[in-house]
Amino acid sequence: MSPSASEPAPRSADCAEPSGLYDLAVIGAGSAGLAGAVTAAELGLSVALLDSSSGTGGQFYRHPVPATGALRPEALHHDWAAYAGLRRRLEASAVTHLGGHHVWTVAREGGAEDGRLGGTRGGPDVSRDGRQDRSGGGERPWTVHAVTGADGCAERPVRVRARAVLLATGAYERQLPFPGWTLPGVVGAGGAQAMLKSGLVLPGKRVVVAGSGPLLLAVASSLAAAGARVPAVVEASGYLGYARHPRVLAANPHKLAEAVLHGSALLRHRVRLRTRSAVTEVHGRDRVEAVTVTRLDRDWRPLPGTARRIACDALAVGHGLVPQIELATTLGCATRATPDRATALVLDEQQRTSVPDLWAAGETGGIGGAQLARVEGEVAGLAIASRLGGRPARPARVRELQRRRDRMRAFADAMAAAHAPGSAWSRWLTDDTDVCRCEEVTAGSIRTAVADLGARDARTVKLFTRAGMGWCQGRMCGAGVACLAAGAGPVAAPAERRPLAVPVPLGALASLDEPSGEPSGGPGGGSSARPAEGPPMTHG
Amino acid sequence: MARARTPADLVGAQAGPPFEITFDGRPVPALPGQSVAAALWAADILAWRTTRVGGRPRGAFCGIGQCYDCLATVNGSPNRRACLVPARPGDAITTQEGHGHEPLGV
Repeated sequence: MSPSASEPAPRSADCAEPSGLYDLAVIGAGSAGLAGAVTAAELGLSVALLDSSSGTGGQFYRHPVPATGALRPEALHHDWAAYAGLRRRLEASAVTHLGGHHVWTVAREGGAEDGRLGGTRGGPDVSRDGRQDRSGGGERPWTVHAVTGADGCAERPVRVRARAVLLATGAYERQLPFPGWTLPGVVGAGGAQAMLKSGLVLPGKRVVVAGSGPLLLAVASSLAAAGARVPAVVEASGYLGYARHPRVLAANPHKLAEAVLHGSALLRHRVRLRTRSAVTEVHGRDRVEAVTVTRLDRDWRPLPGTARRIACDALAVGHGLVPQIELATTLGCATRATPDRATALVLDEQQRTSVPDLWAAGETGGIGGAQLARVEGEVAGLAIASRLGGRPARPARVRELQRRRDRMRAFADAMAAAHAPGSAWSRWLTDDTDVCRCEEVTAGSIRTAVADLGARDARTVKLFTRAGMGWCQGRMCGAGVACLAAGAGPVAAPAERRPLAVPVPLGALASLDEPSGEPSGGPGGGSSARPAEGPPMTHG
Repeated sequence: MARARTPADLVGAQAGPPFEITFDGRPVPALPGQSVAAALWAADILAWRTTRVGGRPRGAFCGIGQCYDCLATVNGSPNRRACLVPARPGDAITTQEGHGHEPLGV
């Protein structure tokens, strides 16, 4: 069976077996993925939408599951109507929604991807002009590999075949270490918000919010609205950075409106905003009891004599977001450095990556927020329909969306520049501060690897110290390790290749050699293959 | 929006009756739809794992399944991400010590 654009694949999840070929597989059911999936489906494409969560909405529109009986999930959000609209369109569509599917790799059928050998455009079989024979011939479909279950530990491996893939995998939080950040009660700022939005819980009664970036204001106002006391929001940057981009600000009035919304909420809850300051130490024995807040200079160097202690029972901390792009980098997609020194995918005006028939939208192309993600998802959906359908889809709409996207991308760049980590933040660290949370590697041992053993990049530090080699594969410590490895020099992009994007039960890997047909069931025991570059970890 | 007393008040949650799970043998209430981590947070339990090297306590950090700090042993099965795993009536959550390989005998 090879349903074409005019012949949708069956919508039941039970039919998502390897023999069925979708036009499009969308990975991630947040703002970008939802917009892309419904746009493509409404233009007649058969679409499978995969997400690790059982529901839709991604992190921004994360909300309690129906079992909680929440009557007003929108109370934790702004712009809920936009999500409600996408959800209605999804329900009215023929999209196959595969919730609880953790995608661990994407592969081109028939061998190595074009991009793996250097990330160049074009391959021997694939034309990019959208006019080639659609019956098969030169096209090699993608296979999206996933494992199912709430945390991917479960039940069965699934393969979804598709002619095009849209990566809408979003972002996770950037963390910078400081003394005491491993103490229970210290949680990610986005993590606190995620737990609040889905689990309706708070990490404490008195929660300091700290780090850098506009997310802090949203987190503080939602924690306060939900009943927490927030004695302070501690922002390492100033807000004057935005003033360097007056035209960008003027073109994005909705962003100013958001800032006013959060600002007035903070005033109402009597939350104090301290800019150019950081939490430089957490106090407590087995859980948070207080934090030390220190003023910073322009490079985020702590100013002596400015430390103040604030009593609290939790700290929500984060230094912006980083694109989650391991599926793309494994395929060799070209990347770029963002103004806040993260790594994002290079995308063209149609949201194409540098690898043919692989699109991306939303935070994968750089952090820009839910509204931008929706626009990019729709651009991608229209472009994919055009590519597979052989004729332009709604060109006037595409131009309008591209204009809006460019305007919001400009704001995103200004925002990233304004909140980019200062070069001297690592002065917060003492030698016994854990930098790698998983492997408990201290700043002192990393400095030794750099000063005495000659490590100059995160990968070499990893080989000497195991920093970044644990469960999270450097997602939490990558930014910190790269900065320490650079010493006084420029910070190199951390090594972000993770051949397996999530841990995979060995049974799922073993079943790959089985003849394609029904995906095999059973996790094959409790052991997991680790997404490690070296030998498998022995400590899990 | 006015200050709510609790997050559940804020969203008008009208969950079914709480059920019970246990944490290291001690009963902990959970609401339908909550993850294991959320139920533990609601009971003011912030740590349910000790680290392999330092034996230090850890719990949920990133809240979205990225950091693996919230690994717990759920009904005897180690290395489960408590922030993603839904709590079910009667679940026995136990502190995961060190590498979490004990049940595998390695």
